[in-house]
Amino acid sequence: MLTWLLDPLQFNFIIRALLASIMVGIVCSVLGTYVVLRGMAFLGDALAHTILPGVVGAFLLGLPLALGALVVGIATAIGIGYLTDRGAIKEDTAIGVIFAGMFALGIAMLSASGNYTVDLSHFLFGNLLGVSAADLWVISILSVLVLLVIYLFFKEFLVITFDPILAQTLRLPTTFLRYLLLILIAITIVTALQVVGIALMLAMFVTPAATAALLTRRLPVMMVVAAAIGTFSGVSGVYASYYVNIASGAAVVLVATIIFVVVFALTPSQK
Amino acid sequence: MSDLIHRIAFHGADHQPDSPSVECQHLSVSYAAIGGRLFAADSPVDALAELSFQVKEGEQIAVIGPNGAGKSTLFKVLAGILKPDSGQIQLFGNPPEEHICIAYVSQRNQIDWSFPATVADVVMMGRTRQIGLFRRPRKKDWEIVYQALEQVDAAHLAKKQIGELSGGQQQRVFIARALALETDLLLLDEPLSGLDLPSQNALFEILDTLRPEEVTVLVATHDLNVAARHFDRIMLLNRHIIAFGPADEVLTTENLLAAYGGLSPHQHPSPNTQHPTPNT
Repeated sequence: MLTWLLDPLQFNFIIRALLASIMVGIVCSVLGTYVVLRGMAFLGDALAHTILPGVVGAFLLGLPLALGALVVGIATAIGIGYLTDRGAIKEDTAIGVIFAGMFALGIAMLSASGNYTVDLSHFLFGNLLGVSAADLWVISILSVLVLLVIYLFFKEFLVITFDPILAQTLRLPTTFLRYLLLILIAITIVTALQVVGIALMLAMFVTPAATAALLTRRLPVMMVVAAAIGTFSGVSGVYASYYVNIASGAAVVLVATIIFVVVFALTPSQK
Repeated sequence: MSDLIHRIAFHGADHQPDSPSVECQHLSVSYAAIGGRLFAADSPVDALAELSFQVKEGEQIAVIGPNGAGKSTLFKVLAGILKPDSGQIQLFGNPPEEHICIAYVSQRNQIDWSFPATVADVVMMGRTRQIGLFRRPRKKDWEIVYQALEQVDAAHLAKKQIGELSGGQQQRVFIARALALETDLLLLDEPLSGLDLPSQNALFEILDTLRPEEVTVLVATHDLNVAARHFDRIMLLNRHIIAFGPADEVLTTENLLAAYGGLSPHQHPSPNTQHPTPNT
């Protein structure tokens, strides 16, 4: 058993993949608790898809992919926040329009270039075993940044999530906090790009947090449990793709999903 | 940006001495302002029209009126989370949005009771401002939270998840949160709906403990008997103020007919049933 666990560690690319999946597992799951509690799943999914033109643009220009993703992700986060604030169209309609439009733009850009299918599948499903040392640095710095902001604004995020009316009567800067949360989601999407890719991103936000919600009754505990599930899923996914040769991102998400199903089946119904 | 810094470091306006808790002059709020839709061409334009009244410090007021009378709208304006279209409003001598001492306890169906928070967590949320940005609750904050819970006889519930509470307990926890934020103006929106008689009585005992502290209390309710028995004055509201004063002056047949339009209040649909007008 021990050799089974240690054997892959002789390869540097496996160690990098493990470190990346651990960090992404933690940061996605912790931030995911807010996504779940605030009902932002659709928004998170949309935001993940809208970064495609940013990634493709950076790829075609030979720039770091993370940079393109970050710029487009944050711009879209602010754009969605703005459209929602205006209230002229319903939020999910606005998100849907931007989501599909941006994704189509990304595919159009990519199809105009050469190696269409291979590149697209990397962006869509991630390439965990291809994480470079530079990728690992980007993932580390962004993950620490996101976790630090969540730590600093923990009380305030809690209040705007649980009781927006209290947030208003306490005169908290609710608009700023909401945009900040959207920007954090955009940054986290960039970290998870290599690990699970755009198409399965949502699972990293939602599944560990939803599992933790079934098991806990305080937000800090929910965050820790979600992070543990996210980490375990990430590590298991790396091993699965090493031994069974299945796509790493899919393996990570499948482990998280199985944990959710088991916990859900064992949790007594609340209603 | 300067506005943001101002709001992050905000500690609330000082109360002007000798100012009434609430002073409204010609206050009007349109349905458009509360996001409501007009259902017919002859529907009224204003959710609240030309409200002028004063409430003294420490007074306890019942606000009664049919569904859609504008009770919740009035409370939101007082809480500073809804801007009136016209008219003046001052609380303790300042505009509402400059205070952080106003506690608005909304109707219970507007809360996600499955949220992962304990009773103590929810009460602690009231102290977000006092704790300050980037800080954790200190020992003093926990003491205040437990004192507040004791005052509403809920200290034994502190570690329970909020969804495990009964309706009356939930209401008391939200009042404890108001106490923890050191409220001077407590707005309770339909706190009695769905409560049994012992829970209602417990609520009024708690409101009595607020009298020595001079907390001003406004309670929206459908129950005329309760309004007559437990409050200093009654505001009878149906988009405009029909009467405002002691129970025996307000609860006349003529006033009630004017407010409820021929329906006796007991025949009126209960607050739990759906109503076509925006119940905000």
